[in-house]
Amino acid sequence: MSAAPQKAKAGAEQINVKVSAVVPLNDLVTRFEFQRTDGQRLPTFSGGAHTVVTMNDDGRTRLNPYSLMSDPTDTSTYAISVRRDDQGRGGSLFMHTRVKVGDEMQITYPVNLFSLDLRAKKHVFFAGGIGITPFMSMIAQLERSNGNWELHYAVRTEALGTYVDELRYKFPNKVHVYYDDQSQSIPLEELLDGQPLGTNAYVCGPKGMIDWIHATAAAAGWPDAQVHSEEFTAPQPGKPFEVRLCKSDKTIQVGESESLLEALEREGVEAPFLCRGGACGQCETDVVSYDGEFIHRDHWLEPEQQAGQKIMPCVSRFVGASLEIDR
Amino acid sequence: MTIQFNDETFRDDYSFHNSDWAIKRFPFPFHEDSYMYAVNMEQHRGGPEGSVYEKRFDVDEHYVAEMRDRAMVLADDPLRCQSLPHMTLAGWDLLELIMVSKSEDYPDLFELHHDADQWRWVNKPLGIDDTFTFLDETTLPYGPMEYITRQTQGDFCVLDQREENLWMDAGMVTTQADWSLDFDLGMNFFEWHAPVPLAHEMGIFKRALKFLLNIQQGAPARRMNWTMTVNPLLDTSPENYHKWGIQKTTLTPENIGSKQHLRVELQTFFRLPRSNALVFPIRCYLCSFQDLMTMPKWGRRLHRVVRDLPVELATYKGFIDNRPMMLDYLSQFDDGLPTSPGVFPEPETEPPLNKAG
Repeated sequence: MSAAPQKAKAGAEQINVKVSAVVPLNDLVTRFEFQRTDGQRLPTFSGGAHTVVTMNDDGRTRLNPYSLMSDPTDTSTYAISVRRDDQGRGGSLFMHTRVKVGDEMQITYPVNLFSLDLRAKKHVFFAGGIGITPFMSMIAQLERSNGNWELHYAVRTEALGTYVDELRYKFPNKVHVYYDDQSQSIPLEELLDGQPLGTNAYVCGPKGMIDWIHATAAAAGWPDAQVHSEEFTAPQPGKPFEVRLCKSDKTIQVGESESLLEALEREGVEAPFLCRGGACGQCETDVVSYDGEFIHRDHWLEPEQQAGQKIMPCVSRFVGASLEIDR
Repeated sequence: MTIQFNDETFRDDYSFHNSDWAIKRFPFPFHEDSYMYAVNMEQHRGGPEGSVYEKRFDVDEHYVAEMRDRAMVLADDPLRCQSLPHMTLAGWDLLELIMVSKSEDYPDLFELHHDADQWRWVNKPLGIDDTFTFLDETTLPYGPMEYITRQTQGDFCVLDQREENLWMDAGMVTTQADWSLDFDLGMNFFEWHAPVPLAHEMGIFKRALKFLLNIQQGAPARRMNWTMTVNPLLDTSPENYHKWGIQKTTLTPENIGSKQHLRVELQTFFRLPRSNALVFPIRCYLCSFQDLMTMPKWGRRLHRVVRDLPVELATYKGFIDNRPMMLDYLSQFDDGLPTSPGVFPEPETEPPLNKAG
C-alpha cells in the first residue's frame, strides 16, 4: 500500500539546538548543555539513550554519538559529557576547542541502544572512565521510581573522577569508586556472587572492562541476557583505501581520517545509520567482492558475516587490492 | 470538522453503518490488482486531508459506539486488557502520547491541561473530565494503559524491547482478527507470529523485526493488514469463536453484499520515550461489500484480489469456504477494465462499471 509514501531518512530526526552551557569538569572532560532554538521542550527520553551531534568543522561534517547524561524528565535541557581524545579523528577536539555558549548545532532525537531492563529487581552498574555518562541518566530515572541500584565506578585518578563528588554526595551508600593509581579494583567476583535473583548488570567502559565483566558473569552462572553493555567504537583512522560502489556505479577513496560511511556521505551516496559506532546495525552493507583483508571494528556482525559477506561502514576499514560493496 | 457520532452496534442487531464520508475515506488496502505479503512499512507522518492517515490517532463517526462495545467486552472478559508489572511506565508513556496527540489534532473534542504533574483531561464525546497526577496510578480509576485505551479506538499492543526482540508484555485487545492477548502475553515477536503461513519462509518476520527494533522517537511508522468478517463484528476473538465462527455459514447470495465485510487494520508503531517500549496500535475499519462496490475501482480490484489469492492465505484469513460465493458476487462488479494504481478510489476519474446486471 502507499497512502503517502515517504522515504525513511538516514539517521534519526534532527533537533535544532543552541549551546546553553560549556562546563569543563577536569583536564579531559567537558560538559555541554543544549536547549532548543525554537524555545520548545525537548523530548523526554529513557536512561541510557544517546544523541548524535552534528559538527560543522570548516565545511567538513562530523557526526558523533554521545550518551545523554541529564535527567530524562528534564525537557528544558540536554547534557552530554565529552572526553577529549587527542589521538582521535577530531570530533572531540572540535567540541573542546571550538564549541562556545550560544553556538547553534543540530542533534538527533534520543535513540536508546542501552536501556534498563525494567523487569530487574536490582540494577548493578559498572562504569569505567567516561563510561559513567549513560549511568547518570539511568540513575536519575531510577531515583524517580524508587529503583534499586548500585554503581561501581573505576577511574584513573582522583583528578579525573568525572562526577565522582556529585554522585558520592547524593548517593553515599550506593556509589563505590575505585582509583587505578591507588591500585584499587572492582571486586567483581564477590559482587556478582552476592546479588539477589533478578539482578541485571550493566557495563560501559573500555573494551577490556566489558569483556572482563561478561566473562566473569558468565563463569559465575549469570544468564547473558542479564548482563548489558554498551561500547561505541569511535571510528579509528587508518590507511586510505579505494571502494567500488556497484549500485551507485562509482569508485570512491576513503581518506586516512574518515570512515567509509563518511566517505559515502561525502560522495552523496545515502546509507542508513543511527549510532555511527558499530552497535545498531543500520548501516550494514553487503560485500560483493574483495581481494584483501577487512579490519572489522563493529559489535554487530556475526563472525561468519565478517568473513567476507558484510561490512559496517561506520567503523570498519579495508586493506588490500580491491573491494566492491552493495551501495 | 465536527464529527457526527453514529448510534450503532457491533453485535446482536448489527446496526453499524458507514456514511458516504466514511466509505470514501475507507482505507482500502490493495494498491494493485493482486496481493502478497510485504513488510510494506512507511512513515506515519500524516496523509491526505480527511484520510485515515492524516492524524496520529484517527477519530471517526464510530468512536462512541466502539468505546461502548469495548466496555461490554471487558465487562464479560477482563483478561482482554493485561499489563505485566514492568510495563506500567510504558502505560504512562502511551497515555501521554494519546492525550497530547488527540488534544492537538482534535482540539474541539479533547483538551489536555498541565500544571506540573497535575493533569486535567477532557474528553467531550465520552463526557469525561478527570484530574490526576501524572505517574501516580492511584489517581486514576484504571491503570494508565487501560484508562486511555478505553477512550481510544483500536487495539493496543505494548511491546517491551530487550534481547534484540520485542515482547508482548501488555495490551488492550477487544477488536482483534482472531488472536488472543491472554494466549500471546509474554511471547516474543517470532512466537506470537508462529501461526502465520508462508511469511516465515519468505523471511518477512526477520526483516519486519529488524525494522521495528529501529523505530525511533519522533519517527513513527505504519502498515496495513486485512481480512474478511461476516457481520460487522469488532470482537472476532478466539475466546468468542463459538459465537461468531458459526455466522460465517449464514452467508447467502442474497445477503452477502450487506453481511460480508472487508476488515482492514491500520497498524502504527511509536517508540515510547520513558520506557523505550514500542506501542503497536491496530485500528480496525469495517466496510460491507455493497458499500465498497459503490467505488468502481474497488469493485474491479477486490474481485481480482480475492480470485487470485493463494489458497493458504484464503484459508488463514478464514474465508476459503465462502470464496466461491464471494467471487460470484464480486464478478458482477468487474468488467475487465484496467484500474489506476494506488489505494484511493478516484471516483471522479475512474470509469463507471461497464457491465449489464
